[in-house]
Amino acid sequence: MAATLVEKIMARAAGRDTVSPGEIVTIAVDLAMAHDSSGPRRWQARLEALGTGLWDPDRVVIVSDHYVPAVDADSAAILQQTRAFARDYGVKHFYDMKGICHVILPENGHVKPGMVIAGGDSHTTHAGAFGAYAAGFGATDMTAIVATGETWTVVPETIRVEIAGALKAGVTAKDIMLALCRDLGMGNHFKAIEYGGDGVQALSMEARTVLANMAAELGAETGLIAPDDTTLAHIRAHGGEVDDDAPQRWRADPDAAYAQVFDLDASALAPQVAAPHSPANSADVSVHAGAPIDQAYIGACVGAKLSDLQMAASVLKDRRVAPGVRLLVAPASSKVTAAAARDGTLAVLVEAGAVVLASGCGACAGLGAGLLAAGEVCISSTNRNFKGRMGHKDASVYLSSPYTVAASAIEGRIADPRPFLRTGRAPA
Amino acid sequence: MSVREGRAWVFGDAIDTDLLAPGHAMKKSPAELAKHTLEAVDPDFAASVRSGDMLVAGRDLGIGSSREQAAISLKTLGVSAVIAKSFARIFYRNCINIGLPAIIFDPAGRIHPGDRLRLDLAAGRLSSLATRESWPVPALPPHLMTMIEQGGLMASLQARFAPPGADGQSRRAPGSLT
Ligand code: SF4
Repeated sequence: MAATLVEKIMARAAGRDTVSPGEIVTIAVDLAMAHDSSGPRRWQARLEALGTGLWDPDRVVIVSDHYVPAVDADSAAILQQTRAFARDYGVKHFYDMKGICHVILPENGHVKPGMVIAGGDSHTTHAGAFGAYAAGFGATDMTAIVATGETWTVVPETIRVEIAGALKAGVTAKDIMLALCRDLGMGNHFKAIEYGGDGVQALSMEARTVLANMAAELGAETGLIAPDDTTLAHIRAHGGEVDDDAPQRWRADPDAAYAQVFDLDASALAPQVAAPHSPANSADVSVHAGAPIDQAYIGACVGAKLSDLQMAASVLKDRRVAPGVRLLVAPASSKVTAAAARDGTLAVLVEAGAVVLASGCGACAGLGAGLLAAGEVCISSTNRNFKGRMGHKDASVYLSSPYTVAASAIEGRIADPRPFLRTGRAPA
Repeated sequence: MSVREGRAWVFGDAIDTDLLAPGHAMKKSPAELAKHTLEAVDPDFAASVRSGDMLVAGRDLGIGSSREQAAISLKTLGVSAVIAKSFARIFYRNCINIGLPAIIFDPAGRIHPGDRLRLDLAAGRLSSLATRESWPVPALPPHLMTMIEQGGLMASLQARFAPPGADGQSRRAPGSLT
């Protein structure tokens, strides 16, 4: 029977030959991930009540990223509990203040095609870029998963997003996702998104993770991309192991049945900006150009990888942030910071007037430094602009690519980045 | 207990998890966090909602974060069921896991703010005592119905890891699970 990629992974994890959408199955989890907000502080009392530990401490990854660095005694206590848990429960893969969980996983070779990854965070979908089934779960579900190594799920229907053509200079995977939030909507609950087509294969792994990450904004359970040579090379370069035949094994059958096929022409896309308070409020940058801003933010799992910082730097080189506007940059991980320091990206940003913040969720989740006052306006490379998320409930957040954030920081108002890109092709 | 009764609190589409459990209060205790539930759209909600009341919403209830506190805060305030045209997946699972029934039902034109509602889970029926109308609602899959009857996922895990002793008492107290 022809199967989509998610159906193949679920069949494998359920110990079955095939599964069909709508079936309820129990699947074995290959990797469980959680952060300081969703993990130990929410698991520990439950595990103690059950009188059990972790089903396999080597397959549980814990990342302190939401409350780092501590801003008060409460957040310090959360980090303290996370450290103690990692020690006491024998968690080997504990990343304390090393970066944002979704970036940490592939950066350290934890993700490979065909896996089932359960994460205590909605953007766990990020890892789907490597051909894994990666989905977010709440704390009680995660407790059950780390105690038993399995969970139940309804086999999702798959929506195929077929992307053709190459992105124009100054247009990115983020722009694809903002357009999709509008055109496909945010209500694709309990569905899997499978991205494919030459437009996807042309993307770097970092760009592909943007598609998978923001499957969460489409409301989807997971977002997957079948592995290819780019995937294998990336995994191996980051210390992971993967079989040569993964691209043959982990792909949809040509005649697989989809709930919907959505075609997108990447070459026709302009930079996108999503207006407050929803990623689905997106439109071509020209619609919002000129709106004054107080803050520009380059941050988050989705928008502060090395390529994102490089995009911002390509716009900001030899230019300055507008007076009265603040540009904050929180690199997604310490490895990203180190790489950006080595290749000169960080210097360009700082010389343009950027303030560099700690790697972590900080302003994105409204927990750390860089928040907004009532009435303030921010343009941000993050993935969500819900009311009140980045500070005061009466603040406004626009979403865009790092290019557009950088161009807007220079102008002091929302601006099209393309006139700022002087030479050749910039990183996508 | 499969019959619930209370007043309807009616909200629109896309009530997200940042509205249900605001980031600035996520460090606080469950009781403190619950006081901020929906404050950005209805500052009176947390103080005025009463035990048994039901949250009624449109499309995409609970979109956004995986934070289980979005569901726990509603339960902490006494909300006895959530009813919406559609649910975000993680929020839906979270509700069921903590024993808060999540019912897929389009309230448009049928339920009004303050209406007295009765939900009979076992019978799969929602009634408005205000308009005397009554509607069938989709039954939960059997394994989820069992989970709600057992008191949520923790209770069913308890049965797996720490079954009651010979005296019928559970060997372990559930402790603080929020
Ligand atoms: S950076 Fe933002 S979206 Fe990403 S994991 Fe952290 S809080 Fe979530």
